[in-house]
Amino acid sequence: MAAKSIDRRWIYLFIFLGVAFPLIFVIGLPIEITENTQMAYDLIDNTPAGSHVLYSFDYDPASMPELHPMAKAMVRHSIEKKHKIIFTALWPMGVQMIDDIMEQLSTEYPDLVYGEDYVNLGFKVGGIVTIQAMGKNFRSVFPTDANGKKIDKLPIMNNIENYNNISYICSFSAGAPGIKEWVQIGNDVYKRPVTGGVTGVSAPSILPYVNEQKQLTGLLAGLKAAAEYEKLIGAPALATAGMDAQSLAHLIIIIFIVIGNINYWRNKKKKGDK
Amino acid sequence: MKRTLPLILAMITGFIVLISDFIPHWPFGMITSEIEKWFLIISGFALILGQINLIKVNVNKIRFKAEGWQYFIITIASFAIMVLFGALWGTQSNVGLLGNGTKIVEVIGSKPFDYLFDNVYQHLQATMFSLLAFFIASAAYRAFIARTPESNLLLIAAILVMLGNTSLGSFLTGWLPENLDFLHLPNVSQFIMKYPTTAGQRAIMIGAGLGLIGSSLRIILGIERSYLGGN
Amino acid sequence: MMKRTLVLLLIIYTSSLLFADLSLTAIDKPNDDGSGIILNWQYSGEEIIELQLFRRHDGGHYNQVTTFTELSGKYTDTNEIEVGTEYDYKINAIANVESPKNPGTFNKLIIESAHAKATSKAQWFNTDKISVLIFGLILFVSIMWFIISARSGKDLYIRKIAGLESMNESVGRATEMGQPILFIPGTLDLDDMQTIAGLTILGKLAERAAEYDTELIVPVCRSMVLSTAKEIVKESYLKAGRPDAFNPDSVFYLTDDQFGFVAGVDGIIVREKPAANFFLGAFYAESLILAETGFASGAIQTAGTAMPSQLPFFVTACDYTLIGEELFAASAYLSKDPQQLGSLKGQDIGKAIFLFVLITGIIFEILGISWLKDFLTIH
Repeated sequence: MAAKSIDRRWIYLFIFLGVAFPLIFVIGLPIEITENTQMAYDLIDNTPAGSHVLYSFDYDPASMPELHPMAKAMVRHSIEKKHKIIFTALWPMGVQMIDDIMEQLSTEYPDLVYGEDYVNLGFKVGGIVTIQAMGKNFRSVFPTDANGKKIDKLPIMNNIENYNNISYICSFSAGAPGIKEWVQIGNDVYKRPVTGGVTGVSAPSILPYVNEQKQLTGLLAGLKAAAEYEKLIGAPALATAGMDAQSLAHLIIIIFIVIGNINYWRNKKKKGDK
Repeated sequence: MKRTLPLILAMITGFIVLISDFIPHWPFGMITSEIEKWFLIISGFALILGQINLIKVNVNKIRFKAEGWQYFIITIASFAIMVLFGALWGTQSNVGLLGNGTKIVEVIGSKPFDYLFDNVYQHLQATMFSLLAFFIASAAYRAFIARTPESNLLLIAAILVMLGNTSLGSFLTGWLPENLDFLHLPNVSQFIMKYPTTAGQRAIMIGAGLGLIGSSLRIILGIERSYLGGN
Repeated sequence: MMKRTLVLLLIIYTSSLLFADLSLTAIDKPNDDGSGIILNWQYSGEEIIELQLFRRHDGGHYNQVTTFTELSGKYTDTNEIEVGTEYDYKINAIANVESPKNPGTFNKLIIESAHAKATSKAQWFNTDKISVLIFGLILFVSIMWFIISARSGKDLYIRKIAGLESMNESVGRATEMGQPILFIPGTLDLDDMQTIAGLTILGKLAERAAEYDTELIVPVCRSMVLSTAKEIVKESYLKAGRPDAFNPDSVFYLTDDQFGFVAGVDGIIVREKPAANFFLGAFYAESLILAETGFASGAIQTAGTAMPSQLPFFVTACDYTLIGEELFAASAYLSKDPQQLGSLKGQDIGKAIFLFVLITGIIFEILGISWLKDFLTIH
């Protein structure tokens, strides 16, 4: 490949500055709500108080920057709507993600009681096999919660057997197993509404599930959707701050693309003149 | 026999798994899930092989003072420390050989394994992932040049999607009247992601799916044998 | 007065029973292994709190299965259903009824009940998948047809795949520069076909590397891939007549962790400066990190994956990219084995049939004819 005129380290430097600056000095660019985010919001908003809901954390620390803010926003929304939240994870590190979010939210909602308002069932290996087994009976997969306590002793799990007792399933997914498997079993088999969030790069492969058959009820794709959700619930946080950084970074990339094209055409013209 | 037996096994297993997808009746209905469980068990044992290989290769490089041998000491040391901490004091939900390390938890706030996991590993992982931001910029600068009609299309689509996925997109076209809403950058971006991008991805998936079927059939029928090594 | 009030309440209660309508049906869940019974219920009558579902079998006691708050719906009972057993279901409508003896006090009472029976059966064929079977058989027949005709010596054309044609060029470049070749067979395990496709190409590449006496570096992400890759490379060196040149440490395990692996590989690229990089298999977010680091080191890069989300990164950063099915076709392409080439031809016919069905389906949908879509949909 031919050498380019700008040393790529200049690109790295400008990207670094473009991302760091808005995180330190918040710009506050406007955020517009898109249809898919609104659908996800409406599903949670219209679910009555006291409903049992299932959240699956199917990502690891590598995808935290994109998925953690949307997970926090949606869980916060569920807490505000007084849903009974059952957490689980299809990825081993998903459990730490759950703990991290609940640690943060517990300080804001000190009245939340573990075992009554929410429970962390933990991680089980198996992916789609685990989801299928949960469809028959949660207890066959999770006889105890992540802390080793029998789930029969937890008030939140009273009369909760399988997906038929769950109002909706929400999966934050960075790959497989993840939201696709939840759609295949949770919605296609057990007819439960499924929603959730994915990284921006995975979005095109998951978006087709947001269709007339409502295999997915809305989808949060990337940091922008997380920022939209924060705006909807009126709690701007990391995603909103991150959107300024993302906007500036994208602008810098576009400027470099334009510079690259100008350089290319100038060089081509010079060669043509020679 | 060394090659024939695996081929026969592959053929029989392949056909059984293939037909079990269509037969819900016992035992066919549970074959796929059982085999998946067996795979998990075998790969659990295979994990030991990987660890032994890791230690062996790195120790050899340290022993023979290969170039950059200091880095391999760090690898071995990191591996040993995490295994030791996990074994001795356990993790958040598991007890270690020496108990829960309550005194250590009082000092550093969590068990040593969890401490290193939360404060070192997670940040290292996020750091590696964040390299993508820089690499996307340099790759885009290099690749999005208007050379041919196809690359022009790529360039225009990339710019529209990038602008549409940020607040800038709403800012730049927010003034458009409602009847021109389809030209609003976030809507254009969503259209590109939802239709042409999805169509292209689906086409690749369909082609890959057909390739996968062909490849699997070749392996099941024993025509493709390179996974066994040699011919 | 008291007697009249009681009689009136009794009349109201009885008439509510007469006009309440609770129905329950139970059928064996179709297309399963006999572990499910589908129940449909419908209630229309006075206000109730909930509906309780009970079940018994072999004349035993009724045990509560679940409760519903919806007045109508469908429920699939999969809780410890045994094949061939007849289950007797009962649904009770529960309402708050004022006690005639203590006005103002409400008690939960069963105001309506319905029964249904069903026997769970396992089916020998999943009729929902008949379309999959038909198209699968068409594809199978097509592939077998061309494999058999290839055996008869028929010449089969296959278009040039630049990424595979360049393999010799890449190995030659590495040999000239005296630098190694780096090969990554993806980051998934041996149960993924992309990994097997990548390992197939590794075998061919290792043979050429052995012939040219070029160093080969193969870091792997999974332990089972380690064993297989090592065996493949060893056999390739043996086949090339260079068993002495095989270095067992050339195929080594790094880590299962995605970004730990890519950090390790990046370090190898920066230190060892391979002249040719091959990324062939399944990749996720690490694809661009690998490709860009390789580009920065000045290597000639060939990538191939069937992950649509990672292909754009490989296309922008690598010299050659095998897109989707080209990766799976590599083994047939490189070996030039007539039978394998025949299977590629059969695949192409399958693709043509698929395109025909796709276009027909689109036309049918536009005309409002949905039977093809319904036939192809797996419920």
